[in-house]
Order: sequence, then C-alpha cells, then structure tokens
Amino acid sequence: MALYEPDRSQYPVKKPDGTLDIDLSSGKYLKLWQGPQHPGITGNMSLELTVCGDEVVDCQTHVGYLHRGFEKLMERRTYIQCFPIVCRICVPEPDFNEYCYAAAVEELSGIKSPRRADWIRTLILEMGRINSYMMYLGGQAGSLGMGVIGQWTTYVRDLMLDRFEELTGARIYHMFILPGGVRDGLPEGFEKRMEETLREIESTMKDVYEAMFCNAVFKKRAIGLGYIDPTLIDPYGVTGPTARAAGVAKDVRKDFPYLVYPELDFEPVTGKDSDAFTRADVRRRDVLLSIDLIRQILDKMPHDGPLMAKIPNVLHWKVPRGETYIRAECSRGEYGYYLVSDGSGYPRRVNVRGPSYTHAVALLERLIINVNIADVAGLMVSLHTYPPEIER
Amino acid sequence: MRELYEQLKRLFPLGEYTEQRRDLAFVTVPKDHLRPLLIHLRDRERFTHLVLLTAVDWLEEGRFQLTYLMNDRAGKRDLGLRVLLPREQATMEGIHDLWPTAATYQRELREMFGIDFPGSPRVNEEFILEGWTGMPPYRRDFDTKKFSEENFNHRPGRATTDPAKHMKEKLYPDEA
Repeated sequence: MALYEPDRSQYPVKKPDGTLDIDLSSGKYLKLWQGPQHPGITGNMSLELTVCGDEVVDCQTHVGYLHRGFEKLMERRTYIQCFPIVCRICVPEPDFNEYCYAAAVEELSGIKSPRRADWIRTLILEMGRINSYMMYLGGQAGSLGMGVIGQWTTYVRDLMLDRFEELTGARIYHMFILPGGVRDGLPEGFEKRMEETLREIESTMKDVYEAMFCNAVFKKRAIGLGYIDPTLIDPYGVTGPTARAAGVAKDVRKDFPYLVYPELDFEPVTGKDSDAFTRADVRRRDVLLSIDLIRQILDKMPHDGPLMAKIPNVLHWKVPRGETYIRAECSRGEYGYYLVSDGSGYPRRVNVRGPSYTHAVALLERLIINVNIADVAGLMVSLHTYPPEIER
Repeated sequence: MRELYEQLKRLFPLGEYTEQRRDLAFVTVPKDHLRPLLIHLRDRERFTHLVLLTAVDWLEEGRFQLTYLMNDRAGKRDLGLRVLLPREQATMEGIHDLWPTAATYQRELREMFGIDFPGSPRVNEEFILEGWTGMPPYRRDFDTKKFSEENFNHRPGRATTDPAKHMKEKLYPDEA
C-alpha cells in the first residue's frame, strides 16, 4: 500500500460559517496532544492538535493545570499581605509582579518611593530580564535540537541568581520590592562581583551566538518559522520582543518610561523578519542591552539616601477608593497590574495582565496552522509564552 | 486626556470621568454605546491596542463593572472604559471580531464571573476550571474559606494563627 500523502489543497474544507470540516473518522486526520507533560511545551499547558500528515490543520490550547487563584486570594488579604504572594505568579521573572503591584499601591495611596529605591528597582528588573532570557535561549535551542546551549545559559543564570541571593537573600522569589521602596541597599563589593558576572554572561553570549545563531541547522529550522505579519501586532495584542522582531519598536521602557529609565541611554532592539530566528536574535541583543543598562545603573546610582518612604501602619493601611493600571516591560512583553480599591484595607480587585495571555492562546492558535509537528515546540518557545500568566 | 473626553462626550453619552494620571483616565460608558465608541477610538483616535478586559464585582451595588483598557502608543495615553452591568443575568456583547484576543478574556469572564458573551468563540467551554458547577468563583459572594474547608483537609500538627492578631503581636507589640 502506498504511503498516505495528504493533499492539503483539497482539505480540510471550510464550512460556510468559517469553521473547518474535519471528519476524524475519514482517516485523513489525527488528533494529537502535545502537553501538558511534554518537553516541547513551555510550562503547564497543552495543545490539542489536529494533524493531516505531519502538518497541523487545527489547534486548540488548553490551560488550567496550574491555576492558583492569586487574584481571588489577594481580595482576602491586606495590602501588605499581598506583597509576598505576587512574585509567585511568575517563576522566571517574579520581580515585575513585585514592581507593578508596589507601584499600583503607591499610586493609589499617594506614596512616592525614594529615588535610591527606584534605582535599585530598575537594577533588579534588568537582572531579572537577563535571567528570563537565559531560560528562553536554552529552551529555544533545546526545542530545535541543541541541548548544550541550555546548559551554558543555565550556568550563567545561576551566577545571576547568586547576585540576587546576595542582594535580596533569595534566589527565585525575592520579595524585595515592597510598596514604599525596597528592603535593602547593595551589599559591599556588589558592583565588582556583578561586573565579573556580566563579563561571564558576555562571554557565554558570544559562544551562544557562534554555536546557535551561526548554526546551519538552527537557521534552517528557525528562519521563516512562525512569521507574524506586522498588521497582526495590534489586533492580537502582541508586545515586547515578539512585536519588536516585526519592526514595531514597542518597548514600555521607552514608550511609557517608568522608574529611572528616562535617565538611561538606550534604544529598543528591533528586527525586521518577524520569524522565530529574528525573535531569538532580538532577545539575544536585548540581553546585551540589559548588560549595558546594568552597568549604567551601577555607575549612576546614588549610594546613600533612604530606601523606604514613610508608609502607614500596615495593619490599618487603607487605600483610597480608585483604580489604576501600572505597566512594565518584562522579557516577554507588556506586564501590567490593574488594581481597584474600594477604600478598605483589602484590594477590591487585582487583575494581572501577562503578555502570554495574548501570545499563547489567540496568536499561537493562528500561527500554528500549517506548521510541521516537529516545529510546534520551536514555534511555541519562540513566542516565549509562560502559562501561569494566563491562569494566575 | 480631558480634551479627548470633551471631544468624545459630544459624540457619545459618556458618564463619570476619572483622571488617574496625566496619561491614564477612566470613563463610564452605557452598555449599548461601547462598541461604536471602541471602533471610534480604534479607527480615529489610534487606540489600537486592547491592553486588558476584566471585571470588578461591586456586590453591594448589585453591579458588575467591565473594564476595557485601551492604549494609544503613539499618543502615550491609556483610556479605561467602564461598563456597568446588573449582576443578575449579566450579558454583554462580545468584541472578539474587533480584537481576536478578546475571545480569551471573554471566556475567562464567563467562567470566573458568569458574565455571558453570546457568540464569542468557545465561550461556554471550560477554560481553567474543570467540571465546575457551582457559583463562578471570582464573584465576591463566593466564600473561599468555606470552599477550602469543604474540599481540603487540615494538615495534622500544623498550627494556624489569625493573621491580623499574629501580625499585631509581631510588628506592633505596644498595640497588642
């Protein structure tokens, strides 16, 4: 019997209402689950793929494997009790949660964090960004068959975690940026050790560039994969490096400057081709930008001054009625907190806007059509999606 | 932002206006005027990016507030549109044809708050919760404590303290 060769010009046929006519019993299609236990899935999520031959014709994403109900939990906690749990929403980059939450509470309460605390916050956010990109680079290379890159990037990420540990006392969940300021200043000799770490990262990034970005296999598989047309950027809520790789210079650090970014000298990294390769390259250059920003911050930051603004007695901290939205640029795109207060000591509503919410559901379901099964993982990682942001 | 509000007010019957920051304002919009206003903002005022769509439960007032946060990147400004719906049989027209990503938000709101968006793709499918038949859990009258007591066991040997009392003793011993 001849091998089955799908003729994708013939089927699946679109029904008048726009849905696809997929008859599983015809033998032309196969349902395939990728995830939730699959090395090619970022985090706790699954893709229900319908394939024809080895091409994907339809995809439905499924989340809900890691729902912890943070938004609801916060409604039953006082403002200060919420501060240690917000970082747990996102493992690779917890600091953006801390910053956005703290800034939202400060804004509604009319508190201004001290200047020195703002510099330290910016430093932490840039350190977190490097950490997150290191996880991404390893994942992107691994999803397309290069396991060793992940070992190199995990090594330098670990060095950065050491810097986090000496600065905040914790490696992953730092609980360092709290409403009103930060918990502590820089330890002695921090700048020197940070410089050593940055040099190590630069050296690793050079290796990563040569081994990954100049590699024929990576180029062959990543170039042209998951092309996002620039016209899709706004309808699909695409932000961050994914939008910048399409030539749209969306960067919250430049568009809506926060903390001390106006005092730093930088230009958002952009690309042109909007495929998986360009997105990886934009993120690689973004790491180099973050290294430069950390050097600028350590060079310019004040070394004395208060670290905490005066905050009310935390047991009786009532935030005036109001609502606000605070955004920051995380490694995956726009991260934001929408906080509503009813004037009591508990938040009325907190909504976390993670970039994966739009990237991993609507956008992924669209880009995945006609992709080969073997490239699904590479495509998903190239959007740098992180499911816990979707279900909080 | 106030200029934009005045301009919009000539075209749409807008309600309460709150300017939170120089670049962020919230305005209340009647339910039926939301869609034309969104299209106007998107096509004429460059608010092309739907940042988020979420709901707030004002239980005491018997209303849900839907917040549509729109962003104009070129003009560096954000506008939040508040739509107030009665809590009973809350239904709202979907905007998934304007922003495909809205379908995900609408699915979540259907599941977590019980707000219906007829016609939105997969809106009645389970999104996060599996086999959930009770009250939508993000409503204010959903009792989280009762739920956890009914569904989870206490870990033996684990001491629990009242958080408010414990914090008071630890942080402000003079007040205790």
